[in-house]
Amino acid sequence: MRFSPVSCEHRETMLRAVGVTDIDELFESVPAAVRLGRPLDLPDGLSEMEAVSSLRALADANTPAARLVSFAGAGCYDHYIPSIVDHVVRRPEFFTAYTPYQPEVSQGTLQNIYEFQTMICELTGMDVANASMYDGATAFVEAALMASRITRRHKVVVMGSAHPEWRVVLRTYAASGNIEVVTCPVEDGVVSPATAALLVDDSTAALLVSSPNFVGHLEDLAALGEVAQAAGALFVVSVNPILSGVLEPPSSFGADIVVGEGQPLGNPMSLGGPGLGFFACRQAHLRQLPGRIVGRTVDVDGRGAFVLTMQTREQHIRREKATSNICSNHALNALAAAVYLSAVGAAGLESVGRACVAKAHYLREALLATGKFDAPYSAAFANEFALRYKGDPAVMHAEMVRRGFLAGVDLGAIDPGMDGLVLFAVTEKRTRAEMDSLAKEVASL
Amino acid sequence: MTASDARFPKDAPVRGPRALIFETGSPESRCVEAPVLDVPEISLDEALAGGVRTQPPALPHVTEVEIARHYHHLATMNFGVDSGPYPLGSCTMKYNPRLNEDVCRLEGFAGLHPYQPLETIQGGLGLMVGLADTLAEITGLPGVTLQPAAGAHGEFTAMMMFRAYHTAMGDPRKRVVIPDAAHGTNPASVHMAGYEVTTIASDANGAVDLEALKAALDTDVAALMLTNPNTLGLFDPNIVAITEAVHAVGALAYCDGANMNAIMGKTRPGDMGFDAMHINLHKTFSTPHGGGGPGAGPVCVTAALAPFLPGPLPVRLDDGTYGLGWTDRSIGRVRSSFGNFGVFVRAYAYVLALGGDGLRAASEQAVLSANYMKEKLKGTYPLPYDRPCMHEFVLSGSRLRKEHGVHTLDVAKRLLDYGIHPPTIYFPLIVDESIMFEPTETESLEDIDRMIEVMLTIAAEAASDPDLLHGAPYSTPVRRLDEARAVKQPDLRWRPSSAE
Amino acid sequence: MNPADLRYDKEHEWVRVEGDTAVIGISDFAQDQLGEVVYVDLPSVGDVLAVGETFGEIESVKSVSELFAPVSGTVVEVNDELDSAPESINSDAYGAGWMVKIKLADPAELDGLMSSVEYDAFVANEA
Repeated sequence: MRFSPVSCEHRETMLRAVGVTDIDELFESVPAAVRLGRPLDLPDGLSEMEAVSSLRALADANTPAARLVSFAGAGCYDHYIPSIVDHVVRRPEFFTAYTPYQPEVSQGTLQNIYEFQTMICELTGMDVANASMYDGATAFVEAALMASRITRRHKVVVMGSAHPEWRVVLRTYAASGNIEVVTCPVEDGVVSPATAALLVDDSTAALLVSSPNFVGHLEDLAALGEVAQAAGALFVVSVNPILSGVLEPPSSFGADIVVGEGQPLGNPMSLGGPGLGFFACRQAHLRQLPGRIVGRTVDVDGRGAFVLTMQTREQHIRREKATSNICSNHALNALAAAVYLSAVGAAGLESVGRACVAKAHYLREALLATGKFDAPYSAAFANEFALRYKGDPAVMHAEMVRRGFLAGVDLGAIDPGMDGLVLFAVTEKRTRAEMDSLAKEVASL
Repeated sequence: MTASDARFPKDAPVRGPRALIFETGSPESRCVEAPVLDVPEISLDEALAGGVRTQPPALPHVTEVEIARHYHHLATMNFGVDSGPYPLGSCTMKYNPRLNEDVCRLEGFAGLHPYQPLETIQGGLGLMVGLADTLAEITGLPGVTLQPAAGAHGEFTAMMMFRAYHTAMGDPRKRVVIPDAAHGTNPASVHMAGYEVTTIASDANGAVDLEALKAALDTDVAALMLTNPNTLGLFDPNIVAITEAVHAVGALAYCDGANMNAIMGKTRPGDMGFDAMHINLHKTFSTPHGGGGPGAGPVCVTAALAPFLPGPLPVRLDDGTYGLGWTDRSIGRVRSSFGNFGVFVRAYAYVLALGGDGLRAASEQAVLSANYMKEKLKGTYPLPYDRPCMHEFVLSGSRLRKEHGVHTLDVAKRLLDYGIHPPTIYFPLIVDESIMFEPTETESLEDIDRMIEVMLTIAAEAASDPDLLHGAPYSTPVRRLDEARAVKQPDLRWRPSSAE
Repeated sequence: MNPADLRYDKEHEWVRVEGDTAVIGISDFAQDQLGEVVYVDLPSVGDVLAVGETFGEIESVKSVSELFAPVSGTVVEVNDELDSAPESINSDAYGAGWMVKIKLADPAELDGLMSSVEYDAFVANEA
């Protein structure tokens, strides 16, 4: 059998030692009525060569964004990943290990998480961070739940400019009855703090905002933070960490919890998963943090060492009273992010951010100059912007794929309320020549 | 080896802790340089309407060789499946085939963006449909969502579907019944879904106490959440009566699929009467645990529950192409995009490599290996529930504690000195000083025999020199940690000022 | 041996009566079962407790236990020292490890608690 090193002879030895002649005797506690009396209706096993060739055929049936000239973003981005990142991630000591419950033989994983927690704190300006969440959407929701526990309030107010998928996830979780979600409407591509103030009151646990928001605009975090604070609600901010080198961290605006999607930091797009949820907060709220946390301590010989800590918050100890049900998180993606941030450093992260902002502004002008688009919004933006296409975006997209471009994201396909809008993201990978030819090709449609 | 050993020079490499990456390199060190900007520079202040960062984050400043050595050193302090036997009960630490790691990195998979036009991701959608169909066949439950990112996330997803189902029936309910031997994620997931938890005790055979279950069931109960085979590694012989009793009060039966590796091709939860279950692809389907994820926790459900599945669902269309669909009464979404696609590719590679017969053979070998170990160890370590086990079994360290003052924790730590990863300890909670072994089908007889021999040696050490065990481990990069200090004086991050 | 001047409940809390005030902590047996205490979550001054009600939590590295009010009353003082030195509960369960003082609502409730002799027997049975 594939992947099992037990030979037929050894199998016989084991059967004799157990005192049975047939393996089925070990399954006698399975009632006869529910035994599967037939082979599974699945194909026969393949040799490695055949399996690779089947999977390659499936991969080849795709036209990956990474092979096109891609301007797709909307939460998942095609940034450059330095070579060293995957070489580290592919070390079997990292990827074949379990959760570091035995710290004496898990110092590699543990030290990395401690370093990752530090990096997230540095990017966000917050005091403490956890070992990771599944993705940005679930981190956003966990922040809402945490705020509700801390404030003992039920209602959360989410800015309608946050990612539509994230808002659906928030609503899905809220059906539990544990929180109630109110959405603040969007005006000219951003939310108005004055409008938000009408919705946030003394029953509000949290004000949740993304900046940049889904259509790329920067929200007025200073004013929104004041709205939250005035009502005694927690201020939850989601950020794109790739911009942390150029954008003021949310801590400057009074954020209580900062979350986000960490995929842009060294992780492949991989059809949107696995991503990397990150989660940071102020020291005061440490005991309500969901997920795993690593701390530094000493061993019996006095050597500095790392260990999972504050575990009484977690499900394996506190069960239904735990701060979350999360167990497995996205440790390997956090490793990739830590290696990425080490590779680029603060200066590199700032360069990436500057390049994305400069190129996004260049492309927006170039596309508007084609006459094929209108600008629906006027607010400031960073690496991403939405334009209204004067035609059917789906048709434009299909044609542009044929010409080798992934021409942004068709927002109407995500939210009918945004029909006709196309969201363009520009990473540092895109060159001026590629942007010029995108504009030229679109102009020729 | 210690650094003070006279045979080694003073600066001989030590396997212990290493400086933080922040304390490595010099301020001008760089690994990757940014390319020259080929568009006009713009004023960040203008573009970003103020909001520009003034104080840069204190990130590491290192060259590539320093990164390589740092993480190499961290890697050497880790123990993975490749490092040696890893019989961690309930976690199914089977070998992670390298084929999986290669194919998930093909550009045609890793380079896909979730919002690409569907015509450009036909292979990706087809793979997800193929994996979902495979899981439906293995579980006997036809409706599948691949979205949940982990087992606990799958539990939550199913509970929210149950809630939607009962609400749609005009019969919202309040409680979920969980046996006392359950994983901690079960009650935590139930609570997140807004239900109350009712715990029931196990019976003398470690199975569900049918009478206790019936006493707990009424029309306020939304579901029973049950691990079968259970956390003692035992298949519940009353499983059909259990799910019938649950259905008799209009409740639903949920199977925690953590132990699926025992039963592939032998029996199916859908046929046992379960309405829903999750699968841990990172256990049963050989995808790596990654030091704590990413995993994937697809949920499989009956046809009656399928209308409530989260969306979007990859579907095969009549013309043979693939698309995305939403069911009428979908609960919504439990995360962004489609799920942990990179994990799906690995799991699908495993399924293709093994085929139906291979999956069954894997389960059979996992069960045989566990029974073999159990038989060889039960004379030395008490086995509270002495029946043929499934893929794992639970011993008790109670005798060592009573006779020699040696705890299960000491046994676990001593195993590290022999190069064996400890089994799961102190779980399930219903066994005193519990020791849960799951050898999986990918340990050889030689390695299994060695694990047995070492466990017997450690029992002898406990008798002759209990302090040896109290002090273990000795040979690991660090020794036992002061965990109380970690809680009382939390040091959860490095700070730039602390380095100066 | 547990102090003779205290009263005890079945959840292993002790009570020392000082006038109309009750000082509350956990017994030596309880602290030994818990292991090293790393955190205690206590109520605030002014909180009103009913007998048998949860008034806080006590944590070791890998366990959490609830604290139950052995008598009813209003919290008048909380041992803030435990924030920085929770290990006092281990080293001096009946002294520096005290947790809260409450103004007794119904002194008659004290009669429902165990004497030290009764508690010794109760613990011998549990161990």
